[in-house]
Formats: sequence, C-alpha cells, structure tokens
Amino acid sequence: MEQASTLNRHIATPLSTSVPTGKLGVWWFLASEVTVFGGLIACYILTRLGSTGWKEAAAHLSLVFPLLNTLVLLTSSMTMVMAHAAVEAKDSHRLRTFLMVTVLLGVGFLLLKAMEYSREMAQGFFPHTGLFWAFYYGMTGLHALHVLGGVIVNLILLLTVPTATETQQRRVEFAGLYWHFVDIVWIFLFPLLYLT
Amino acid sequence: MSDMVVAKVADVTPHVYEELGFWRKYVFSTDHKVIAKQYLALGLLWAIAGGLMAYMMRWQLAWPETPVLLFRWIPEPFMYDGYMGPEFYNALVTLHGTIMVFFVAMPVLLAAFGNFLIPLMVGARDMAFPRLNMLSVWVFALASLVLFVSFFVPGGAAAAGWTGYPPLSARAEYTGVEWGLNLWLIALALEFASFLMGGINFLTTVINLRAPGLSMFRLPLFVWMQIVAAVLFMLSVGPLIAGAVMLLMDRLLGTTFYLPAGGGDPLLWQHLFWFFGHPEVYVILLPGLGIVLEIIAVFSRKPIFAYRSIIYATIVAGILSFIVWAHHQFISGIDPRLAMPFSITTILISVPFAFVVFAMIATLWKGAIQFTTPMLFALGTLANFILGGVTGIFNGSAPLDIYIHDTYFVVAHFHYTLFSVTVLGGFAGLYYWFPKMFGRMLHDTLGKVHFWLTIIFFNSAFIPMHLVGVGGMMRRIANPLQYEFLQPLQPLNVWITVSVIMLLIAQIPFVVNCVWSLVAGVRAEQNPWRANTLEWSAPSPPPHGNFAAVPVVYRGPYEYSLPGSAQDWLPQDYEVLTQAAARS
Amino acid sequence: MLSWLPENVSTYGTDIDSLFALIYYITGVTFLLVEGLLLLFLILYRRRQGRRAAYIAGDRVGELTWILVPCALVLVLDVWIDVRGTETWEKVKGHIPPAEVQVRVVGKQFNWDVFYPGPDGQWGTVDDRRLENELHVPVGQVVEVVLESQDVIHSFFLPHLRLKQDVVPGRKIPAWFVATKPGRYEIPCAELCGFGHSGMKGWLTVHTPEGYRDWVQQQLTALPPAQVSAALSTTPH
Repeated sequence: MEQASTLNRHIATPLSTSVPTGKLGVWWFLASEVTVFGGLIACYILTRLGSTGWKEAAAHLSLVFPLLNTLVLLTSSMTMVMAHAAVEAKDSHRLRTFLMVTVLLGVGFLLLKAMEYSREMAQGFFPHTGLFWAFYYGMTGLHALHVLGGVIVNLILLLTVPTATETQQRRVEFAGLYWHFVDIVWIFLFPLLYLT
Repeated sequence: MSDMVVAKVADVTPHVYEELGFWRKYVFSTDHKVIAKQYLALGLLWAIAGGLMAYMMRWQLAWPETPVLLFRWIPEPFMYDGYMGPEFYNALVTLHGTIMVFFVAMPVLLAAFGNFLIPLMVGARDMAFPRLNMLSVWVFALASLVLFVSFFVPGGAAAAGWTGYPPLSARAEYTGVEWGLNLWLIALALEFASFLMGGINFLTTVINLRAPGLSMFRLPLFVWMQIVAAVLFMLSVGPLIAGAVMLLMDRLLGTTFYLPAGGGDPLLWQHLFWFFGHPEVYVILLPGLGIVLEIIAVFSRKPIFAYRSIIYATIVAGILSFIVWAHHQFISGIDPRLAMPFSITTILISVPFAFVVFAMIATLWKGAIQFTTPMLFALGTLANFILGGVTGIFNGSAPLDIYIHDTYFVVAHFHYTLFSVTVLGGFAGLYYWFPKMFGRMLHDTLGKVHFWLTIIFFNSAFIPMHLVGVGGMMRRIANPLQYEFLQPLQPLNVWITVSVIMLLIAQIPFVVNCVWSLVAGVRAEQNPWRANTLEWSAPSPPPHGNFAAVPVVYRGPYEYSLPGSAQDWLPQDYEVLTQAAARS
Repeated sequence: MLSWLPENVSTYGTDIDSLFALIYYITGVTFLLVEGLLLLFLILYRRRQGRRAAYIAGDRVGELTWILVPCALVLVLDVWIDVRGTETWEKVKGHIPPAEVQVRVVGKQFNWDVFYPGPDGQWGTVDDRRLENELHVPVGQVVEVVLESQDVIHSFFLPHLRLKQDVVPGRKIPAWFVATKPGRYEIPCAELCGFGHSGMKGWLTVHTPEGYRDWVQQQLTALPPAQVSAALSTTPH
C-alpha cells in the first residue's frame, strides 16, 4: 500500500525562471536576429576573403557619414537607457522627452543613410555595380530597415502610453533591448565595411 | 473502487470572453485553441493542393504527354486542355515541395498541435504572448495569400525546385518565371517570420508558464520535442533569411551574389539553404515523434521507456543536425575533402534516432496494447519511419551518393521519413486529440478503414520508388520515356502513380469522418482515453482559460499501471490521498 | 533491389556497387530484426483480460542497457560503412589518375557541348573539335572530363559508369572514369536546369581501341575546328 506521499511528489523550488516572460521572449527574438545578421556578415567575410578589389571599392565610401551615424546611434542608445531610467523613476515628462529624442535620433540615422546612399548612387555606385556594393547595400539596407522598425516601435510607445506606468516600464525595457541590439549590429558593420 | 481521490481547489476565474462578438472570437482571436484551429484549417487546405499537385505530376510521369484525368478545366497558360508543358511541371515540382514542407508540415505539426496543446499540457491558461500568437497566424495567412497569388502572375509560379538553386533562380531569363519566384521568396520570408514569432511564444510559455509542480523533467515528451524543434528553427533560419535577401537582391536589383559573372558563387546559396534545410527537416520531424510517444504510452498503458534519455538523445540529434548539411552537396562542387567528414557526422546522427526508435519499441514491451485508431497510426508511423531511417544510411554515404544523388532513391527516402512522421503522425494526433479539440469522438471504424487504406497505398507507392531510384531515374524530369535506360522502369512508374491515386482517394474517409463527427459525432467525455497529461484535465473542448483552476502537478506524465493501484492511470494533477482518508 | 541497377561498365563502378551491397545487407538485416521485434511485441503484448502492463520506466542502468547495446551496435555498423566509404570516396573523387584521353564538357540549357583538344593534345589550337551531345572514348583507358557550365547548374550523370558530378558556372570541375565495355550509354542531366531539363541528354560511345582510332581519324578530324575559348568561365577553380 503506497503512502500518498510517495505518489504525490511535491516540488518546492520555483518553476519558471526568474527572468520575466516578456524579457525571455525578446531575448529569443534577438537570438534569431543574431543568426540573420551573423549569416549575412559571415557571407560577407568569406566572400571578401576570396575576392579581390574590395578594398579599392570600399575606398569610395565616405567616412563622415558612418562616423556621424555611429555617434547618432550610440547617443540614441544612451537616451534610450535614460528613458528607461525615467520610467523606473516614474517621471513621465522625462520619459516622453527621452523617447522623443531617441526617435528623432533614429530618424536622423535614416536621413543620414539616405543622404549617403544618394551620394554613392550619384557617383555611379549601385547594388549591381559589384559584389562589394551588393553586400554594402544589402547589409546596411537590412540594418536600416531594422532601425526603421525600432523607430516605429519607439514612436508607438511614445504615442500610446506616454506615462510611466509599470507596463510601460517593461515595454521600454524590451524596446531598449531591441534598440541596443540594432546599435550593436551597426558596431559590427561599421568596421567591416568602412574601416577595412 | 479506486483508492485515488481527486482533490482540486475550487476557484472560478471570471472572464469577459463570452461577450466578444463573432469576429473577435473566431477570426481575430488571441485564444491559442482558436489560433491552432486556424493553422490546422490553412494547413489542411494546402495539403489538398499539394496532394493534387502530386497527382498531376505522377500522371505525367506514368502517362507522359497525355491529358491529366479530371484536370482539363485548368486554363491556359497553365495547361492546354489537360496537357502539361515542362514549365508547368517544374512549377508543380517546386510548389509541391514548398507547400508540403512550409505550408502543411509546419502549420499542422508545429503550429496547430503546438498551439493547442502546449498551454494545456503545461497547465497554463494561454500562451505567454496571445496577441503575438494572433499576429503569427495572420502573418502565415498573408504568406499563404502571397504564395497563392504567385500562381497567377505572368510567367507562373516558381519553378526552380523547392531548393531554388541559383543561377537558375537568380535570373528570370533562366526559368521564364519573373514575379512568381519573387513572390515565392516573399511568401517564405513571411512564413519564417510567422514561425519565429510562434517559436518565441512556445519557448517562453514552456520556460515560464508551467503549473506549480511541473518541473522540466515532468513535461510530456511532446512538449520537449516542440521546444527542441523551436530552438532548432530559430537558430538555423537566420542564414537562410540572409540568403533569401541576397537572392531577392540578385533578382530585383541586378546584384551578383550568386552569379559567377559578377564574382559571386552559386554554392553560397546551397550552403545557406542547407545549413537551415537540414535542421528544418528535424524541426518538422520532432513534433510528430512527440505525438507518437504520447500515444504509445497511453495505449500501452506503460511509462515511456527511458524518458530522460530520450530527451538527451533528441538534444544530441538537434546539435548534430547543425553539422551535417553538406551531405546534400557531396557532388555539388565542394572540395572533395569535405565529403567524408560530413558523411561521418551524417551517419552518426542515426544513433540518437535509433535510440528513440528502440525506446519506443521498449515501451511496447510488456505493455497492454490497445489498437485504437490513434495507436494504429502511431505504430504505422514508427514502422514506416524505421524504413526511412535505414535508407538514410545509403544517402549519407558519400561515394554511394555519387550515384543516388538527385534520383528517386532520395525522394523515396525523404517521403518515408517525412510522410510517415508528419502525415501518419499527424493523423495519429488528429484522431487522438480530436475529442479534446472539438468535443466529439471521430468514428472509430471509419478511422480504421482510413488507416489501413492509407498505410497500404503509401507503401505501395513508395517502396517501388526505391527501385526506380536504383534504376537511375533522375528527379524533376517530366517524361522518363525520353531516356532509353529508364524505359524498363516505366511499369514501376505506372504502379506508383496508380498507388498515389488510391492513396489520395483513401483520404476521403477521413474527410467524411471529420465533417460528420463535427456535426453529429458522439460527444466526447473529458478523458476518453484515460490519459495522464494535463490537457485531459480540462473539459472537451476546453473553454477560454482552459482550466477552472490552475492545476497543481504531483508527478511525471507517464505513471501508467502503477503496481498495487486499482486503475492503470494516474493523471499528473490528481492528488493521492491516503487510502484511509479516501474510504472515510 | 540491386538488380535494378543499370549495367555497370566502369572500373570504380564495381567499388560503388559493392559498397551499395554492403549497406543493403547491413541495413536490410537491421531493418528486418527491428521490424520483426516490433511486430512480435504487438502480437505478444496486446491487451488481454486480467493481464496488466508492467511498470517499467527504463531509467535504471540495467534497463537502459537493452537500448544502449543495440545503439552501440548501430554505431559499430555505421563506422564499418564509413571506413569502406572513405576508401571508395578516395578512389573515385580523391584524385584524378593520369589521363590518357582528355575532354572538356560544357553544360548549357539544354545540351552538352563536348570539346576535344585534337591529336596535338593542346587546347586552343586549330585541331580542337566540338561535338554536340556526343562523347566518344576508348575502352579501358583513363578519360578525364573537365566540366563547366555556361549558364546554370547542371549535373553530368553517367549511370552506367556510376559517375555523377554537378556542373557549376564559375568552376572547372574534373572528373574521370575508365570504361570496361564498348557500347552506347546515355548522359542525362541530373540537376534541374530549366524547362528543358527533362530530355537533356547526351550519348557516350565507348569504342574498342581500334574503333576509337578510326573514329578520331575519320570523324573527329572531319569536323570543322572549334573555337575553344580559354576562359569559358570567369573564375577558374
């Protein structure tokens, strides 16, 4: 005759991780995004190692635009962190300010990118001009689309829940994770494309 | 009488679900069960389309250049009074593969079963992100629409194979297909996005939303299989997304990622495709294996043999699946020195799968086997999967692959592995969980008729296909009679076609059964199969919110036939009181 | 099953066929044993009145051994197959033996262009010749075929010689064979290459040594000179 206790095996330890569910979701999303950009970057590196003439092609890239863009993105990551700090401190006004600045900086990145593309195309460098340019436009273009996505998300956060509630705190944190990821991808793209 | 007593805390949670209108309840629903049924419906519709395409291809192969029976109504430029041109044949080949892998296997095995069962099996009220879940099914619906539209654009649907190798796929002039292939790529990208969202949901739900007492090693194996599949998918699809972006750029912007004339390399696509492609076949395989494991336990009335080791074996197989991809490329022009390393990893992957197969058989040992319809399908899956696994050894050996690559031997192999686990396993799951999903029982005799017809005609079609492959018949040709050395094989081709036709007809009992049972079937009780896992503790079908009270879990999922107990099952959330307390 | 193979007229074809047979017998026996066991259990352990299932979870080492030993056996058989495979692969694809006859084959939508260097053995000279879909070789001699593509990926398949090699634009891929029996054998394309893939095929004619000499003297030289461009592909590999 079994004692009930051997058939009911209670577990006292907590079952879910201490990571909040939303954050877990965002991390899985970012993991898959890493494989997308990682794949593209790996293809670029491997193809470049096996080709010639890429250094000369890359010489036509401006240095001013990417430096400005790096500044813009890094600053926007900082303002995103400050937005998060604001919502933790329950300061709705500062939250709105910093979210707005982040959005504007993101738009600024896209504008600079657009200007850079037009300058390059005016000089006759299109995606089909050569394999280096194909990778350049492909990688920076995909990245820019992700920046645009982040801008839209931040804008939605700004417009729909402008006050520093608990829900908003989580959302700002998750949007911040995504935004930092987009920033980090740029940190990889910048040297790979512009400094080699 | 049983000495087990159910002890549940009564706790009714209020919900405003009932007041929602038709659109919010059935179309734009965030309820995982509704979303599951939406995926199921879309997947089954595509299965009909994919099956009919197979019929048309097989007709052409058996009786080349004759009008396809019953298809004279298809207008030009697709077909000409039932006659098919080679471009259309290539489109059928391409879309049959794409549809079956991405628009049938994924939505039915992963999304439909996963969405319906995961929250129930972990004792949750819904997925972690219900609105993301709704978005994922609508993105999938959009992907379906894009793929559907791709048939009707000038130039027709994609025709470069489901593998889409460039340069054939990189420039429209090589195939004559323009927007059809672009839309194919876009549909795939949308499908990937949908399943990435779904994967995030599945993983987060299982990690964070388990009921009290439900540790990871008390999860049903179906759930474990789904999360390993989700991880495999999420980590492998990225490079293909990158590759698809590059292919789309080649087609739309004139870049030359894959064209040697511009410094590119056609083999780059192959590596990116198969780096994803191989884990992908395990992604669609694992849920079906999980279904078979659940059903075998229930209808042998025995615990699953070596539960933890099965989990470890599956994880090992998942890791190995990332280092076998070039076995699809042995003679593709890669450095020949790479062939044997990939051949070795490929053949090694047979070991963890052999483990799982042996564990399934060991579960049957000394069981008390009930041959219900779900059990028949589960056993059929196992029996056929063994043949598929064994032919994998042939394909994985590089020197042998010199001969059998791109022949029908490969086609026979992957139909035995994929069809048996996704289709037969899918049917096993449908017959088993239909009562829970729809509150009605499927007619059992009709189910058995469906089973026997399906298994007989499936084997009748695909066993001879191995011989056709050994005879050297190449894949993706429309007319075997154009080749002298293939003419002795033609009787086999005719036999295969006739079997495929019978196999398709054999699905009619299933359709009839579903429709009839939905309307007039016997109403299902809460736990008609006397199973242990948590979904059977919810009503059939479960209401929004699933459980009256969140279950508390006391044990693993396979405590069947415990010695000394009166009944041969003990659900995970039943609290056992002492016998003395029970009798008083 | 192996009787369905087309006639083998190649030296290394014998090795490939015997590897095929090895795998066939190993997997065949394994298959019958496993399926037989499955069937046996289904018969022996069907539900019967008054008999209950045994509660065996398989988590003890003694129980697990019943599965681990067969798995170890599978591993051993796999290794055996791989060792044989390595030998065979090395022989067929590992290196090209010194060739007595050299040809270049260019696949394109939708035929095989076959180029001969002519009696002087040099490419790019006036005695180079081009044939469409016709490859002629002598029996018993090493033939080296350098494969290229003009457009998309094709696959050069000689079923009777157990030779298959994908033909990739941008690459020059060498392959070789030694035919053991005169005759005419088809050369289908084995990689989807467009709407003309079905039906794309050439013919290999294996001559006796005298027959080959006659063919070269009478028919090959009678053809007009071919323009064999040195670079049919832009990126030689």
